[in-house]
Amino acid sequence: MSGLNLNHVTKQFGNFTAVNDVSLSVPDGTFVCLLGPSGCGKTTLMRMIAGLDLPTKGSIELGGADITAVPTHKRDLGMVFQSLALFPHLTVGENIAYSLRIRGTPKDVQKKRVDELLAMIHLPGFADRSVAKLSGGQRQRVAIARALAISPKLFLLDEPLSALDAKLREAMQVELRQLQQRLGITTIVVTHDQREAMTMADTVVVMNSGEIRQAAAPVDIYRRPADSFVADFIGQTNLLPVVADSAGRASVLGEMIEGISLPTGAAKGLLSVRPEDVQLTAAGHGAIAGTVTFIRDLGGAIETFVEASGTQVIAVSSPRNRPDVSVGQSVGIRLDPATSVVLAR
Amino acid sequence: MRREPPQRLADYGPLFFPAGMLIVFFVVPFATMIAVSVFQREQGGFYTPAFVFDNYARFLSLFFGKVLGFSLFLAIAVAAACVVIGIPFTYLLSRSPRRIQIVWLVALLSILSLSEVMIGFAWSTLFSRTAGITNLLVWLGLMAQAQALTPSFGAVMTAMTYQAFPYTVLVLYPALVRLDPTLTEAARTLGASPVKAFFTVVVPALRNTILATLIMVFIFALGSYLLPQLLGRPQHWTLSVLITDQAIYQSNMPFAAAMAVFLVLVSLGLVGLALYAGQQRQAK
Ligand SMILES: Nc1ncnc2c1ncn2[C@@H]1O[C@H](COP(=O)(O)OP(=O)(O)OP(=O)(O)O)[C@@H](O)[C@H]1O
Ligand SMILES: [Mg+2]
Repeated sequence: MSGLNLNHVTKQFGNFTAVNDVSLSVPDGTFVCLLGPSGCGKTTLMRMIAGLDLPTKGSIELGGADITAVPTHKRDLGMVFQSLALFPHLTVGENIAYSLRIRGTPKDVQKKRVDELLAMIHLPGFADRSVAKLSGGQRQRVAIARALAISPKLFLLDEPLSALDAKLREAMQVELRQLQQRLGITTIVVTHDQREAMTMADTVVVMNSGEIRQAAAPVDIYRRPADSFVADFIGQTNLLPVVADSAGRASVLGEMIEGISLPTGAAKGLLSVRPEDVQLTAAGHGAIAGTVTFIRDLGGAIETFVEASGTQVIAVSSPRNRPDVSVGQSVGIRLDPATSVVLAR
Repeated sequence: MRREPPQRLADYGPLFFPAGMLIVFFVVPFATMIAVSVFQREQGGFYTPAFVFDNYARFLSLFFGKVLGFSLFLAIAVAAACVVIGIPFTYLLSRSPRRIQIVWLVALLSILSLSEVMIGFAWSTLFSRTAGITNLLVWLGLMAQAQALTPSFGAVMTAMTYQAFPYTVLVLYPALVRLDPTLTEAARTLGASPVKAFFTVVVPALRNTILATLIMVFIFALGSYLLPQLLGRPQHWTLSVLITDQAIYQSNMPFAAAMAVFLVLVSLGLVGLALYAGQQRQAK
C-alpha cells in the first residue's frame, strides 16, 4: 500500500507512554493535521515518522517500504522544526541548497533550484542575505523552501506557524495549503490551534494523552465528533447530560426531546450541541426552561448564556437574528436532533 | 535594550577598576621588561640602565631562530591536537546525561588543580621503561619488551595536550551546550549522516569559538617550560626554557627580557593574523 502507514506505533520514555498504539493511514498527497493539547505526543509521533526517535513498538511504512529502522538521512523527507533550525552560519541561498550540496548536486543546478524555490516563496533575490536579518515570516518561508529543495516524498512541519502573529499566521496557513495543493506532496502538520487545522487539513487527527481520538475530515470532526473530548476540543460546544427512562425515551435537562436516542442499554449520555445550533424561544411549549445569566456582544456574534437545571448553555447568534432577551429573563431552549450528537458519558 | 555610548567621564566609571588592575599587573611589569631588555648587562648578574639593542642582536642567530620556530610549532601542534580531540569529546559530553557530564567536568577541573611539575613527573613515570605503560602492553602480549618512551617529542606533546585539554573543554562546553540540538536534527532530515551533519553544521557554526580556543591553547602552550625539559631532549626545548635558563641560572636578565618581549610580539602577531584570517572568511 502506498502513502504513509503507521501500524500500532508506541513510544515509551522509561515507563511513561508518550504515544500509545497509534495506527494511521495517510494516502499520497493528503494534508494531515495532528491536533491536540500540549504534551499529548504530537511532536513525539512526528519525530518517529522522521526517524529522529525510534518507536518502542510498531512499524512505519512509506511508499510500501518498511522504514521503521531506516536512519533519518535516508528517508527522503523534508521537515520544518518549531524553532525553524535555520543554519546561522549559512546565507539564505546556502540554507536552501544544503540538502542538494550534501547530495553532491552540481553548483549550477543548485543555483537554479534555489532561484526557483525563492520565487516560489515570494522572496526572489534573497539568496545572499544572512538568515539573521530576516523577519519571522521570511524565516518561516526559507525553512519551508529548504525542506522542499529535494522534492521529498513526505513533508513534516512541527508547529510551523506558532511563532508568528495572528494576521501573518492566517496568511501563511492559506499559503501553505495552496503550496501543498500545487505540489501534491503528502504533508503532516502538528498544531495545537484548531482553527489552523480546520483551515489547512484534508484530515484532522485529534490526539489526547498519546492516543488518536478521531481522524476525519474537518467538517466531520466538527459536525460528528467521536467523543466528548473531541467535541469539546474542536470549537465551542455545549455538553448536556442525557438520561433515558425505562422505555428508552431520552430527556435533556428535564425535557423529553423527540428524535434523540441513547445507544440501546445505556441509561446516561452526553449531548453535544454547537452554540450556533441552540435556539432560544419563549418559555414553555416543550422547550427546555432556563434563565438568561449573561449576554456577550462580540460585534460579529452575540453569545447568550442561559442556565437550565444547573447547567450552563451557550447560544450564539448573528447580529441579524439578535435574540430579544435580557439578563434574568426566563427563556426556552430548543435543540435540533439533526445537529446534535449523542456521545458516551 | 538600547545601548548608548558613554557621554561623560563618570560613565566610564565601571571601567576604572579593571583598567587599574590591568595597568598594575600587566602594563607596568611589561613596560619594566621592555626597559630591562635594552639595559646593559654587568658581570655578576647585575645590569645598568642603558639603551642598547645588543640583547636583541644576540638572538638573531640560527640557533635562536630554530628554537623560536620549534616553540611556535609545538604550541600550534598542541592547540590543534586539543581542538581536534576536544570538539568531538565536548560535543558528545554536552549531549550525554547530566550525571555523566558532571562526573567528567569534575574530573577535568581536578586536572587543573595539578601543577605542571606533577603532570610532568606523572607522565615521565608512565613513559618510563621500568614502570611505564609499555609494561602493560608487554603483559597483554602486544609488545616484546618494555621500553622507555621518554625523552621524546611524543612525550612532550602528550603531556602538554593533557595539561591544556581541560581548558579546551571548559571553553568549548558552554558554546556546545548552547548550540541548538535541532540544528543537527535538521541537517539529518535534509540528508546528512550524523558525521556529515557534525562537520557541516556543528563545526562551522562554532567557528569563532574554535578560533578563540586555538588561540588560548596556543598562548598557554607557548609559556610551558617545565614539560619540555622533563620529557623532551634538548632539541625539544622551547624559547620559554631558554628564557628561564637565562633569567634564573645565567642571571642574564636583560637577555631574558629581550627574548620574552620578542616572544610576546611574535605571538601577538600570529594571533592577530589568525583573527584577521577569521574575519576575512566571515566577510566573504
Ligand atoms: N525525551 C523525552 N524523555 C522523556 N519524556 C519525553 C521526552 N520527549 C517527550 N517526552 C514526554 O512525552 C510527552 C509528549 O511530548 P510531545 O513533545 O510529543 O508533546 P506535544 O504533543 O508535541 O506537546 P506540545 O504541543 O507542547 O509541543 C510529554 O509528556 C513529554 O514530557
Ligand atoms: Mg510539540
